[in-house]
Amino acid sequence: MPGTLMSGAQTVLECLTREKVEIIFGYPGGVTLPFYDAMYDSPIKHVLVRHEQNAAFAAQGYSRATGKVGVCCATSGPGATNLVTGLVDAMMDSIPIVAITGQVTSKLIGSDAFQEADTFGITRSGTKHNFLVKNVADLPRAIHEAFHIASTGRPGPVLVDITKDAFQAQGHYTPVTSIHLPGYRVYTEGHAGQIRRAAQAMWEAKRPMIYAGGGIIHSGAHAELQELVELLGAPTVCTLMGLGGLPSNHPNFISLPGMHGSYAANMGMTEADLLIALGVRFDDRVTGRLAAFAPHAKVIHVDIDPAEVGKIRNPEVPIVGDVKKVLVKILEEMKATIGEKANHDASREGWRRQIDEWKREHPLEPSMSPDAIKPQHLMAEIDRLSGGQAIVASDVGQHQMWAAQLIKFHHPRLWLNSGGLGSMGFGLPSAIGAQFARPDKLVFAICGDGGFQMSIPELATIANHSLPVKIIVMNNGYLGMIRQWQELFYNNRLSQAKLDSFPNPEKLAGAYGFKGRTVESPRELRSALEDAVREPGPYLLNVKVTPFENVFPMVPAGGAINEMVLGPPQPVEVA
Amino acid sequence: MLQLISLLMENKPGALMRVTGLLSSRGYNIESLTVARTLDPELSRMSIVVDVEPNQCTQVIKQMNKLVNVLQASDLTEGAAVRRELVLVRVRAQMQNRTAILKEAEIFGARAVDSSVEGFALEATGDPEKLDEFIDVMRSYGEIEVTRSGMVAVSLENKKLKLAPPVHKDIEVESTSPAA
Repeated sequence: MPGTLMSGAQTVLECLTREKVEIIFGYPGGVTLPFYDAMYDSPIKHVLVRHEQNAAFAAQGYSRATGKVGVCCATSGPGATNLVTGLVDAMMDSIPIVAITGQVTSKLIGSDAFQEADTFGITRSGTKHNFLVKNVADLPRAIHEAFHIASTGRPGPVLVDITKDAFQAQGHYTPVTSIHLPGYRVYTEGHAGQIRRAAQAMWEAKRPMIYAGGGIIHSGAHAELQELVELLGAPTVCTLMGLGGLPSNHPNFISLPGMHGSYAANMGMTEADLLIALGVRFDDRVTGRLAAFAPHAKVIHVDIDPAEVGKIRNPEVPIVGDVKKVLVKILEEMKATIGEKANHDASREGWRRQIDEWKREHPLEPSMSPDAIKPQHLMAEIDRLSGGQAIVASDVGQHQMWAAQLIKFHHPRLWLNSGGLGSMGFGLPSAIGAQFARPDKLVFAICGDGGFQMSIPELATIANHSLPVKIIVMNNGYLGMIRQWQELFYNNRLSQAKLDSFPNPEKLAGAYGFKGRTVESPRELRSALEDAVREPGPYLLNVKVTPFENVFPMVPAGGAINEMVLGPPQPVEVA
Repeated sequence: MLQLISLLMENKPGALMRVTGLLSSRGYNIESLTVARTLDPELSRMSIVVDVEPNQCTQVIKQMNKLVNVLQASDLTEGAAVRRELVLVRVRAQMQNRTAILKEAEIFGARAVDSSVEGFALEATGDPEKLDEFIDVMRSYGEIEVTRSGMVAVSLENKKLKLAPPVHKDIEVESTSPAA
């Protein structure tokens, strides 16, 4: 059967439709003109961002908020190179996105043609896989394989680079009914023997600690995680990528571990006799000095990526599989051996009391001042407004850490942040993607004054679509995290950390046709935030906070996580 | 340490780059690399010798196995495998040395693949250390030029090739975009 005659551009759209794509974030250019021409007749919504990097971040925001594959599109050369940060970011955080880029006509490849770049080569290491398609006949397979690879196994970004002539050529389209990638092995089930050993180890543990990461969110294992937490009665830390995996108001939840983790989380990790690592990768920001990390613990490590198991820490019980599927089996096994629960329940009860004591000793509490807005105060107020329900897209820096410490998330897919790559400029565009995905949700974009200024072009996108995103700029007039490190480790020589000339937010937002203001007084903070939330459209709230606040607790780079700096040095009374 | 890796991979553009990129991005130097089609023309067999930090050998193999184009990556540094290399040596030979060179070549199981008034082109295969010796000996006869193939290896163990089965694509058939 010859199939339906259509152009390459139409073929791509046909395949996207079949993948149930609703929205593309993109920016047109010379070689994608045929694609954009075909899009003119397509029901798929296209959102014109103002910079390609933000197309990738918006696609990520869409994906992070829904679990679906996000799609972004850029032209050849500069369009594609601008996508790169967003792709690498998605790679680091295992976010499924598909990027479609245009490439110069196949005959011109390699000739230094106008707007030519070796996108295939450049994105090799920043994607889970990539394709260069020069022939219209290869398009359907490439597009469907891209979605398959992006969304299965350990999710990640996949790029399809399509030459202009492949977009233009007419081809006989026949639907792809099966995908065969013999080298693409996905192990989801977990080894039955190891699963039994894991259940056994959990019952035997006296001081178990669950270390839950982004894998919980990606595999949708939050219900299973909660069941495990309650069955075993184990305290649980959620990493920056795992926040919302267990509701933050759950009694067993103890905040973040690691560099800016809570005292209880880090002491708990250090003293645990069993570390139940679920969909995590033992990131250096979590482990601190590796030799001192969880030194007394036996480790159960569940991850879908075989290369992650044993990469940093050799687990006693390695399980390669989908966290959700594996947890279901572990729970079955535990219920079948429920008789063993009682053996160490008493010591686990003591362990929980110890954790609660650590929590009480050094809680993550917002410090307040009657004279100025402290950053922690801001986060506490956002938390109050959110009630664990709002989507919070964060940028990167101090505000990200305070937000992660102080804002509660009662569900997965509410907390969106650039965890692994730490890309400034992530917050605002990812909030855009999330708001398109979840028009029903209150979406905050929490940015620093640095990251916000990297995203300013997207105010136009927000205005364009009247997206009711609440942009909260935590403005301390500095690149706060840089300033903090310079203060603590570079003799307070504040080199290039000061950010002057922040634009007037009222005029800035006003220039785009929406409301904005600055709030400086702690007394006005609550009402200012409430006004922002009440506003039916977008809102830019510039919150001037105390400039010299540092994020604590802090584990200095290379330190052991139980050797935290808990707060600023106390002033010494001089007689 | 030098690690010998054998890969079975799809014979596709970019597949080689993915493998070498994985090594170069970690700052590992490739000592030798050979690649050619297998009996199945859609597949290639690659042998790589690469200088890897000893504690990273397993990680490198795991990362290679993650590449979509790689069907199997295995470590042949130790274990049962045949490891061979081919070398082509051009020797400028003076008239009085010609017989001696050929005799010496014979000892190494090398054979002359070209002969001219200038000298010989010799071909030898063997394990790399043996070839080092062969090259040293030939150098003693005068100016030489050497091209080595890099190590090729075949495992003597029967490693089961685990491949992903085809996945049925449950794609909505209803078309919405207009056909030309």
